Formats: sequence, C-alpha cells, structure tokens
Amino acid sequence: MRYMMLVYTKEKESGLTSEQAEELKAAHRAVIEEATRKGVLQGAEPLGPTANATTVRVQNGKSLITDGPFAETKEQLAGYYILDCKNLDEAIEWAEKIPTACRGGEGCIEVRPLPGMPARSGTEAIAGHAATLNG
Amino acid sequence: MADIRSTADSVFRQESGRIIASLIRVSGSFDRAEEAMQEAFASALASWPEKGVPANPGAWITATAHHKLIDAIRKEQTRRDKQDSLLYETETAGMSSEPDFQEASMHFPDDRLRLIFTCCHPALNPEAQLALTLRTLGGLSTPEIAKAFLVPEPTLAQRLVRAKRKIQEARIPYEVPPPNRLPERLGAVQAVIYLIFNEGYAATSGTELVRNDLCAEAIRLGRVLCEQLPQEGENVGLLALMLLQDSRRNARVMNGELVTLEEQDRSLWDQAAISEGVTLVERALRLGPVGPYQLQAAIAALHVQAKNSAETDWHQIAALYEKLLEVSPSPVIALNHAVAVAMSAGIEDGLKQIDNLGHTGALDQYYLFHAARADLLRRLNRCSEAAAAYERAASLATNGIEADFLKRRLRQMEAPQSKQ
Repeated sequence: MRYMMLVYTKEKESGLTSEQAEELKAAHRAVIEEATRKGVLQGAEPLGPTANATTVRVQNGKSLITDGPFAETKEQLAGYYILDCKNLDEAIEWAEKIPTACRGGEGCIEVRPLPGMPARSGTEAIAGHAATLNG
Repeated sequence: MADIRSTADSVFRQESGRIIASLIRVSGSFDRAEEAMQEAFASALASWPEKGVPANPGAWITATAHHKLIDAIRKEQTRRDKQDSLLYETETAGMSSEPDFQEASMHFPDDRLRLIFTCCHPALNPEAQLALTLRTLGGLSTPEIAKAFLVPEPTLAQRLVRAKRKIQEARIPYEVPPPNRLPERLGAVQAVIYLIFNEGYAATSGTELVRNDLCAEAIRLGRVLCEQLPQEGENVGLLALMLLQDSRRNARVMNGELVTLEEQDRSLWDQAAISEGVTLVERALRLGPVGPYQLQAAIAALHVQAKNSAETDWHQIAALYEKLLEVSPSPVIALNHAVAVAMSAGIEDGLKQIDNLGHTGALDQYYLFHAARADLLRRLNRCSEAAAAYERAASLATNGIEADFLKRRLRQMEAPQSKQ
C-alpha cells in the first residue's frame, strides 16, 4: 500500500539558520537514501513557501484567483513523501523519521493511504462528464 | 428450543471473540468474518433442535463459520476480477486462490491478541476503539453498545463502519506489535479495557449505578490479555484491580441507594473474586516493573482484606498512593492520597492537602473532589461547610444514584440533630 506523508511545518519569518538548513537537508537526505535502499521510496519533494502559493477556484465557469494557500492553518504543508509500505505501522515508523522543522518550527506528518484511481469506472466517469459538457 | 437458544447465546458470549478473531485472520476482513459467524449461529439454531446440541458447541460453530467463509470467498472469487483492492492481506494468510482451512488454521493461539491490538490501534479514535473492542471481542450487539454508552444507535453503527473501513483502507495491521512498540500499544489496550470496566462500575449517567454486564465483559477481556501475555505485570495488575473492585458489587447499592465502602455489608463481598484478586496482585507485584494498575490493585486489595472499616490499613494505602503519584501523577490521585492521609495521619492534615489541591482549580468540576472534601468536613462536624461542599458535589454528579446519595448527606448536614 502506498502512503503519502504530508510534511506539515510551522513557517517562521526568521526561517532557518544556514546551519539548521544544512542539518535539515541532511536529515531528509538520510530518509530518502534509506527509503531508496529498501525499495520503499516512490517520490519525495519539498514545496515552496505558502507565501508563493496561489489558490484557484472555478465556480460557475468563472475562475477566482487569490493569493496564498487554500486554508490558513497553524502548520503549513512543506513537502511530501510517497512510500510503499506493508501496512500502517510500517508507514508510521517512516513518518517518525521524517524531519518536520522545514521552515523553522517543528510540525507533524499526516499519513494518508493512496488508494489509486479506480481503473475502469474512473475513465467512464470522465467520459460521462465529457459527454455532458460537449453535448 | 428455549434451551437451545440459551446454549447458543452462551456459546456466543464465550466464544464469539475467539471465533471472529480466527475468521478475520483467515479472511482479512471484519465484515466477511462477522457475516460468516452470524450465518454459523443461524445454522446452529436451525439444526440443533433436530440433531441435538453437539458435544462441543464452540468447535461446531467455529467449523461451520469457517465453511461459510470458504463458500463466500469461493463464490466471490468466481465472480470478481482478478484484482481485489478491497481486501487487505494479513501476514499469515493472504487471500490465496485456495485458502487453507485445515483444523490448525482455525485456532491460532494469538488470534484474539492480534485482534485486540487492531481494535485498540492508536490510529482509531478512542470511541471507535471502545466500540470495536466490545463489538468484535466482546460479542456485544450494536444496540447493546449504543445503550451502554448512551449514544444513538445510528451514531454507533456509523462509528463502527468508519473504524472498520479505516482498518481496511489504511491497512491497520492485524498483528501483535513488535517488542519495541509493545509497551505503548499495550497501554492503549489496557486503557480501553479499564474504560469499559469503569463505565460499568460507575455509569456516567442513567439511573443504574453499576452495569454488571460491562464489568463482566471487561474482566473477561482482561483475562484474555493475561492468558496471552502473562509476563506483563500490568496485565495481571489490571485484572486483579477489576476483580477486587467488582468483588464489592453486591454491597455497593442497597434498595437503590449508594452505600459507601465504610458502611458496606462486608459479608456481601464476593470472596472468590477477592482471593483470586489478592493472589493476582501478589503475582503482579513480583513481575514488575510496578505500574499504576498494580498499585491500584494493591490498594484495592488492602481495602477488601480489612475485616471492618476501622481495621483498614490506611498507612499502607497512603504509602501506595504516594508511590502511585510518582508513577503517574494526576490531580485525581493526589485527591485520593489526601483522603488516605486524612484517614491515617489525621483528618485535618488530609483536609489541608485537599484544600491545597483545591487552590489549583484542576478539580473544581470534579464531583468527587467536593464529595471527598465534604466527607472530611462532616467528620470534623463542620456542618455548614460540609453542606456547601455536598451541594456543589451533588450539582456536578451525573449519575442519579450518586447524586441522591450526596443530597441525602446534604440534608443530614442541614439538620444535624435529625441524624440518629
């Protein structure tokens, strides 16, 4: 089962000192290397700061574009890992290894299973919408 | 027929946890396992009246349920696509195309143990852990659990559905955690069992104080945990604690009124439970390391071993509470310690500790804080202060029988001359 590890962090104005940043990078690299070695890693990437986020919402065919992230929360999404694990306990073990102080303050990891796109019925649904929209 | 029904019911109570645990291991699905077990019980009710109750009804139902499960899986396998993303595979028995249903696979000794760890997994919320444990291991029906915890049936049913779905879709494992995880995970299991017991011992609301069914269920689960992990001192401590508390059940309520420990008729205490509990406490303390359940059990043992309330070894109890405060400090334990000090060193000393605790404000909403304070003031004949504290306690108590008791005390304080 693939799990997405959403890395939530507390963004701080001051950010990290270059020393802390190096330490953090090394910690992430260590997880990535271990996960690669064990054949678990499916993907991992940092996200830019929420200051650079743009939210796009399409309503009644009109698009509303706003500055900033979708939700104002105490902790912000800073990156993700996708890991292929035997079960939730194994995923939790990995989550415990992932550093969360990516933008200054310590945060947490949200572990979400990735069920995958339902193969046939999914395409049918898309085709159905296309028919509705295109007449 | 009535006899057969009751035989089936008692087999269900005794064995359903064990049966469902093995069915879940084999099928990897809670729903499938439940279905197979229900069908097996239905078959029993249909065939036993004619053919007679088998020599070993539990084994009969287990075997039948396993056959129902194979049938269901075979039917489904011929129907469904090769790939079935709905099933999560268990370690020992994934869904191979031809599952192995030999006798041996029906009773893995640790099936119930795995199941209890799955049901009490920290990734499930506490209410769901409780409901799922009672439903699967306890064999209680959804309406029974809903009634016990005073939640509407649809709410509880929904809770169970969500929990089972999460177990499957997030793949919460069906296995005993590895040794490095065992202490924290075992703590969650013990907490769920003790929560079930406490809800039975002092129902948070309603007009019944004690719900013996829940107490009995918690004790049964505590026994399962002890059978499976007998070297864990806290497992033994927990079982001892529950047995010793439960030994006083017949003396705690008389004619619908609460009777305090001091005033209970000790001849009504269950001596068998006491002697088992005391033996277990001794074993638990030897096993160590000493944790909160062992200490609370030791305290309970001292209470029930006293021939009368005057002979209670309050010094020893106070010492144990002090130790308990070291192991798991909490305002409620500090309150109990203060009461033990009052009863051993002197009421004024205890009251002083209680009042210090009161200044922190942590227990202001806790009715037993005010009740304990009121009781000490009563013993000091400070009637008007005692009355005020009883009044506050009664206003905070949610259980009808407990509130009645406090109001009765309150009336005695307001009219001290009428007391005897």
